[in-house]
Amino acid sequence: MKKVYVNEERCLGCHLCEFYCSFAGGGETDMAKAFKLGRVVAPRVRIEESKDIYFAVQCRHCEDPLCVKSCIAGALTKKNGMVEIHKAKCVGCYTCVLVCPYGCIAPDKKSGGKTVTKCELCLNSAAGEPACVKGCPNKAIVYEERGEQ
Amino acid sequence: MKYVIIGNSAAGIGAVQGIRELDKDGDITMISDENYHTYSRPLISYWLKGDVTEEGMKYRPNEFYTENKVNALLGKKVVSIDKKNKTVLMDDASVTEYDKLLVATGSDPFVPQLEGLDKVKNKFTFMKMDDVRAVRERLSKNSKVLIIGAGLIGLKAAEAMVSFTNNITVIDLSERILPAVLNEEASHIMKHHIETTGVRFVLGTTVKEFSENTATLTNGDSIDLDILILAVGVRPNTELIDAIGGKVDRGIITDDTQAVKGLSDIYAAGDCTKSHDITSNTDKMIAILPNAFMQGNVAGKNMAGGVAHYTNAFPMNAAGFFGLHIITAGSYSGEEHTAISENGYKNLFIADNKLKGFILIGDMINNAGIYTSLVREQTPLNEVDLALLLEKPALMAFPAEYRKEKLGGQR
Repeated sequence: MKKVYVNEERCLGCHLCEFYCSFAGGGETDMAKAFKLGRVVAPRVRIEESKDIYFAVQCRHCEDPLCVKSCIAGALTKKNGMVEIHKAKCVGCYTCVLVCPYGCIAPDKKSGGKTVTKCELCLNSAAGEPACVKGCPNKAIVYEERGEQ
Repeated sequence: MKYVIIGNSAAGIGAVQGIRELDKDGDITMISDENYHTYSRPLISYWLKGDVTEEGMKYRPNEFYTENKVNALLGKKVVSIDKKNKTVLMDDASVTEYDKLLVATGSDPFVPQLEGLDKVKNKFTFMKMDDVRAVRERLSKNSKVLIIGAGLIGLKAAEAMVSFTNNITVIDLSERILPAVLNEEASHIMKHHIETTGVRFVLGTTVKEFSENTATLTNGDSIDLDILILAVGVRPNTELIDAIGGKVDRGIITDDTQAVKGLSDIYAAGDCTKSHDITSNTDKMIAILPNAFMQGNVAGKNMAGGVAHYTNAFPMNAAGFFGLHIITAGSYSGEEHTAISENGYKNLFIADNKLKGFILIGDMINNAGIYTSLVREQTPLNEVDLALLLEKPALMAFPAEYRKEKLGGQR
């Protein structure tokens, strides 16, 4: 199963992945337009940074996902190696926010917090492959096979 | 192999999934006294509020039983287990054999003995689909609602009913709301927030006596009502196990494979059991859906001949009330680290070099799961950047090698 992996030592903390991520889910074709219209930036990748450490982190699509097991609505499922959120079923209780060890599920700003959002590898968006990876100028996030289920 | 599962909610479903990971073909019979496709009990308040449809409440898709080859006997109640002949008897006198049995009978609302309760015509508990349907039929904009119990169930009921009527009073014997889930400060914040919606609280009191449409309280007040919701807590359904000599102590006692102590080939999971809370090192009922699923899942794997242990249970809750969310976990003892923001509150409880529990409200809830993982793993806090973690939940607080393992797919 191909997954998104973080190469922490290559990350410069430029936040471009956040923009590519938000853009990929937004349906807009012009990036400058998309963000200058005052639209909500709601990335599904999270940057952690300090003085000398930077890295991007998004859903690990865990082998044994606690979020899927804990979801009270049956809104999170894992199929073909990917943890998916079915927003129509999500009631926004945030049990998944409570259990995700990576902090990779967040209240969806676009729905005013009525549902959650998470990385779905861009497989459900127009990009078709992870836009964060494609847009990263420094190979700090990569999409590859490392033998995980 | 013949598997029988009593119960059709989170623990039962968890067991089906656990069994099917290891045994694709064994016979699974699932028996439930509720005549519904598996649905999420916590969603009943969302249904009443109009946020989800009955279809949307389904805990698993329509194809779940057929895809998992489950023979679902719905609307039948198991009345007894014959452990010698390995059969269960149902209320229509039919009998089913088992090789491995799971008791996932859940809990029922506790109905307190209150003077004159029998005189109240419209009284309801708030746990199952049929409860909430009955409430919906009676509820109108002129309803005067009294809810006994300011816990999660009582308050979710109040939230759902506010869109129907502005006459809602919640009473609790405790001096504060959500007493089992929050500390005093956090209770105060939530109470203040909920009161802005018009819901009234009368705390530190209970009902002395009911007449048909009035409750007289022990503090002397009286409250008019035409709908009464009883939400004072739940009781584990242990009768089936009790009757055949399995170990029961206000909850069915199991080992960490979910096998019932004192019996063979019989497992139990969910609200009917006690769990071992790793944060307080005590056995208690942890009547929450994720716990039920995980216990059921472990039971299922063991029933199918696998090896699985459930060894890291602890209380945890995530819930929103009128747009303000709380996320809590663990137990609230030890050194407290409190922070207050414009729209949030945080309290971390640290003891023995471990994060024992936390309470987060509002804008403090983001990335809460990183704190939860410290509770679940009982991570020694001297191995992480505690100063940073007190400030915010961050993976950066963990050693670089840990991140390499976790984020680099090396584990």
